[in-house]
Amino acid sequence: MKHLLDARDLTRDEAVSLLDTAEAMAQTQSRQIKKLPALRGLTVVNLFFEDSTRTRISFEAAAKRLSADVINFSAKGSSVSKGESLKDTAQTLRAIGADAVVVRHSASGAPHRLAHAGWIDTPVVNAGDGTHQHPTQALLDAFTLRRHLSDGQGDLAGRHVVIVGDVLHSRVARSNVELLHTLGARVTLVAPPTLLPVGVEEWTCDTSFDLDATIAGDAAAGAPDAVMMLRVQRERMNGGFFPSELEYSRRYGLDSGRLARLESVSPHAIVMHPGPMNRGLEISAEAADSPRSTVVEQVSNGVSVRMAVLYTVLAGHAGTSQEELP
Amino acid sequence: MTAPTTPTTAYLVTGVSPLGGEPTDLLLADGVIAAVGADAAAAAKDRDGDDLVVVDGTGLIALPGLVDLHTHLREPGREDAETILTGTRSAAAGGFTAVHAMANTSPVADTAGVVEQVWRLGRDAGYADVIPVGAVTVGLGGERLAELGAMADSAARVRVFSDDGKCVHDPVLMRRALEYTKAFDGVVAQHAQEPRLTEGSQMHEGTVSAEIGLAGWPAVAEEAIIARDVLLAEHVGGRLHVQHLSTAGSVEIVRWAKERGIDVTAEATPHHLLLTDELARSYDPVYKVNPPLRTAEDVAAVRAGLADGTIDVVATDHAPHALQDKDCEWSAAAFGMTGLETALSVVQQVMVDSGLFTWADVARVLSVEPARIGGLADHGRPLEAGEPATIVLYDPAARRTVAPAEHHSRSRNSPYAGLELPGRVRWTFLRGRPTVADGELAPVAGA
Repeated sequence: MKHLLDARDLTRDEAVSLLDTAEAMAQTQSRQIKKLPALRGLTVVNLFFEDSTRTRISFEAAAKRLSADVINFSAKGSSVSKGESLKDTAQTLRAIGADAVVVRHSASGAPHRLAHAGWIDTPVVNAGDGTHQHPTQALLDAFTLRRHLSDGQGDLAGRHVVIVGDVLHSRVARSNVELLHTLGARVTLVAPPTLLPVGVEEWTCDTSFDLDATIAGDAAAGAPDAVMMLRVQRERMNGGFFPSELEYSRRYGLDSGRLARLESVSPHAIVMHPGPMNRGLEISAEAADSPRSTVVEQVSNGVSVRMAVLYTVLAGHAGTSQEELP
Repeated sequence: MTAPTTPTTAYLVTGVSPLGGEPTDLLLADGVIAAVGADAAAAAKDRDGDDLVVVDGTGLIALPGLVDLHTHLREPGREDAETILTGTRSAAAGGFTAVHAMANTSPVADTAGVVEQVWRLGRDAGYADVIPVGAVTVGLGGERLAELGAMADSAARVRVFSDDGKCVHDPVLMRRALEYTKAFDGVVAQHAQEPRLTEGSQMHEGTVSAEIGLAGWPAVAEEAIIARDVLLAEHVGGRLHVQHLSTAGSVEIVRWAKERGIDVTAEATPHHLLLTDELARSYDPVYKVNPPLRTAEDVAAVRAGLADGTIDVVATDHAPHALQDKDCEWSAAAFGMTGLETALSVVQQVMVDSGLFTWADVARVLSVEPARIGGLADHGRPLEAGEPATIVLYDPAARRTVAPAEHHSRSRNSPYAGLELPGRVRWTFLRGRPTVADGELAPVAGA
């Protein structure tokens, strides 16, 4: 695996292997000394053209625990705001000696361009691009699901995951639909029709406008094994996609009533959220803080998964010693 | 728009096929087709004292010089992307003898002064007649009419008006433009794009955009404007031209409008006849264009519309861009692709080699009809004695792999790079003077 750009690029076996590697990484993270020497001498650049403290520190922690040097480059206050192009920024960082570039960008396809435009030959890891993909988020979600639903092994065959919210603008939803399908799970997207993209009917999932019916198990896939709530971005609230926050919350929010019904039809079901949450909008405080919520666990799993991804894309490059795999 | 001097060299083209018909000889002299057939060789011998060049036309097809209704020459303002000289050299290399230069320059071509400047620069360059298009509204602002009459009365004799790049979306303003241009037989060429439905749009809205996460440009945003405009044209009787029609629904609306007798014409671009939105998967902005590349079903419908005459002309929408405006991420890139040097080849591949078109049809959509719509008296003429010697000689049997670095345009944003296309322009004559001679650009007076 040279780059990680799109969840679709992963085969089932590659995805399972990445999750297994992440599991091995996670085992090391319960030790008192968490640091591994695997990427010693290599430099990972976090190239963030869009604000995302959470994702950036997760990648930074992952790289540092593998002993890589980390350079954080954020667009704010940098030459990017002076009109420097993506190409020039990338070539500058390569010249500085980046061995891998982790990129977050508001433009869909920007990591793909970095990887394929011929500007640089460095491995590229997509940390979220526009409304396209966020493959490490999908991997950490799959990792979390696997731990709860499949004993932390193999794939997610036969499991039913419900994803609720702004699918239209969500890279998390796109990545999850593809990866969960690859891993054998069934996915139902639930959203108001204005927040599903034209063309969603071609995706490898079902769609519904009715959260209550989906939680009740009316879908062909039956009752959910997991419900993933997507964040509603502030700018969508004024974009005319739905009449008001209150109406959205009433129809598509995971409140205590819906949480109780989920518990009754599917006692083992988990509640997920990629964060940051709008408590009281897409998810109630009760649901967010309930024992079945995996929100905090997803964050720590994110570090393990990103360790696995960085290790995998940098393995085989000069300076990496395979035998140091934990 | 006569050339500064009458050419003294005569050209005897032997064994050439006019419009793909029976091979014959053409004598080009004194700016006109002096003789056709058996008379040509005889007349050539009578021309004592003149230089006579004999061109072996065996295997070549003669067409009237091509006329582009939709070209961006970028001058004034973006001379780093194209100039009137480089753009018309590109045009000549593609077999064009006249190009309509769109108004979205800087400054905008919305006054008699700017259109006359563009027209004069075209005359000075000498590679093709440059026909300025006037802006419909001041500064393409969509708020009040530009001085359409002053542009029509200027030396540039503007007859085509367009805010291309932007849609005249205000229905009252569009109505007034259709009405006002009747006074001088003008035509309003509409860039049909409902602005609210296309805010932030990056590519065709459909299966591919949903998957790759680029904001969609829905077909209905084009179709809704075309439907409104044909009804406005019916109501007020003006002349409407639909630019770069790209969807199956648009073809249906124009077909319906023509059946009702509405005075509407339509153009399709070569890229909308060949390429689809699947290419956006590469995120390579060379495929970013407005209106966007559509689906295979749309491409089939546009081809069918061109074949049955619903679509009147093929126009290039040649849109050169400086390298930095394409060598970046998709959403930061400019819309548009070059097309002058590949248009005839694409039309051959899509329409002729597939059996949908004769070469006479090619002449109709790439010369006769665009000249008629643009009101050009001495372009798109029959290949007969006494007509202007404004013709192109084309070798349909040649094959070439498109290499943008070899193009005469200043810009390199051709979506056909690396693609093998049929045909090659061997000679282009503008009023008897070669602008392309044996496959190479010829030096012209004034250039």
